[in-house]
Amino acid sequence: MRTAFIQKLLELAAQDPRILLLTGDLGYTVVERFVEAFPQRFVNVGAAEQNMIGLATGLAEAGFVPFVYSIAPFAVLRPFEFIRNGPVYHQLPVRIVGVGQGVEYGLNGHTHFGVDDVGTLRTQPGLAIIAPTDDAQTRAAVEKTRALPGPVYFRLSKDSFEIPELGGAFDLAQAQWIGSGADVLLISSGAITRETLEAARLLEAEGLGVTMLIVASIAPAPLQDLVDALSRFRRVFTVEAHYITGGVGSLVAEVIAGHGLNVRLVRLGFETLFDDRLGSASFLHSAHGLSAAQIAARVKETIHENA
Amino acid sequence: MRRIILERAYHAGVGHIGSALSVVDIIAALYAGTLRIPGPGHPERDRFVLSKGHAALALYAALFLKGWISEETLKTYCTDDTLLGTHPERRLPGVDFGSGSLGAGMSYAVGAALAARMQHSTRRVFALVSDAECNQGIVWEAALFAAHHRLANLHVIIDLNGQQALGYTRDVLDLEPLAEKWQAFGWDTQQVDGHSPQAIAAALESRTQEPARPHVLLAQTTFGKGVPFMENKIKWHYWPMSEEEYALALENIL
Repeated sequence: MRTAFIQKLLELAAQDPRILLLTGDLGYTVVERFVEAFPQRFVNVGAAEQNMIGLATGLAEAGFVPFVYSIAPFAVLRPFEFIRNGPVYHQLPVRIVGVGQGVEYGLNGHTHFGVDDVGTLRTQPGLAIIAPTDDAQTRAAVEKTRALPGPVYFRLSKDSFEIPELGGAFDLAQAQWIGSGADVLLISSGAITRETLEAARLLEAEGLGVTMLIVASIAPAPLQDLVDALSRFRRVFTVEAHYITGGVGSLVAEVIAGHGLNVRLVRLGFETLFDDRLGSASFLHSAHGLSAAQIAARVKETIHENA
Repeated sequence: MRRIILERAYHAGVGHIGSALSVVDIIAALYAGTLRIPGPGHPERDRFVLSKGHAALALYAALFLKGWISEETLKTYCTDDTLLGTHPERRLPGVDFGSGSLGAGMSYAVGAALAARMQHSTRRVFALVSDAECNQGIVWEAALFAAHHRLANLHVIIDLNGQQALGYTRDVLDLEPLAEKWQAFGWDTQQVDGHSPQAIAAALESRTQEPARPHVLLAQTTFGKGVPFMENKIKWHYWPMSEEEYALALENIL
């Protein structure tokens, strides 16, 4: 996704001179092509993310559209108050790009995990939060948010891949539907949707009908799609590479409660990550119950409990 | 301006009086001549960031005297449904950046100076930072960046009043030697009497142009300046005036 992102950014920057790229000294093998194409519109601000957001605020006030790039927790959590008081409060078009959905930096350890970025940023009114599902959706999301006058957060995966069922669809405040089975609703966000899709296949192989809803536009939330889907099922499962508090599972809980819907919600995500187990993202997903087989098993268990 | 500050602070029953009195001559120098502002919101105006947002009342006095906010608006200071709180809000005409969280304004100013350079504009950027604000790491992150990128269109004025919320800066977190710190960070560093608008204006115009460096003016000020019983007293960081104190302040204003 980060490569798809930079390709799209190059394309937009060629048309729009307001676009700048700032990095907090990260993005080796990603930012170089932008630097070659637009050396005057690239700034490595050094390892100083608070200042990066402050600079972007000053640049955006003067008419630029600065994209700021770092690993998710450094892009979001270190400078969170600067995001709040800068682009959010001043309603400026700063684009924050955080790489590493969930535990993709799995061998770098706890400091590098992006498991609380969405929950933290979801508190901020007027900030668009976009977690693309694959490369094609990343390109579409960058394109479709280009004219937003306020700030945007892009939560990008390190990995490059396509989910053909999605066909690159993306729209703000809309979700994407895959399948139309009547037994179970799976709501998934981000690259971990690869596991969710595989879980759906496993469930379908056992004769269960599955509908999947993909939430890439976390804010503005796809309210209509969520209410439509949640009204039609008795059981819904959310799957995300995030702590179970604050992310898409919490968003779905808010929609259920707010609309008085009669549906049982199971949120799948990380409960804690303090056990210091490190490894690849797929190892860590398995270690925390988020592999395709574990998701499918959890769905079946819940159905049987309620049968 | 001092009279306006005292009147509004008294009628609103709020503090931060000493901080506003400390910067009043700096703000007077900026708004009486230094800042080139055809009008609030003009894209080519010089930018000004009151990074020490808690001195907002001094800024409001200047915006009022410029005619950008009305007397009616000024009189809403710290009343319900006002735009004029104890820290400047971005929607107020003449406020380029809202502030109140110490240090952030310095970073916005550096971004604004970089923007002017990228746009080949001659506009300049001024930030007013308190001495205690230099406790914040962001001030030094932003200072490193501005020097590295040789942002000669950036002027930072430090209000060196030696006080912060709970004590004297030398007791809370000693900043000295401060001029040497800014020099070591690569800034064109000057010292000035922070209560002489003429000296401040002259220093902002006369700074060395070569080599291109950002400019810091260490303005020596007195907390509570102009109201003798408030000068250098920690109490007047937060404390509002009683009726007797208000009368005494107006009588003794310098």
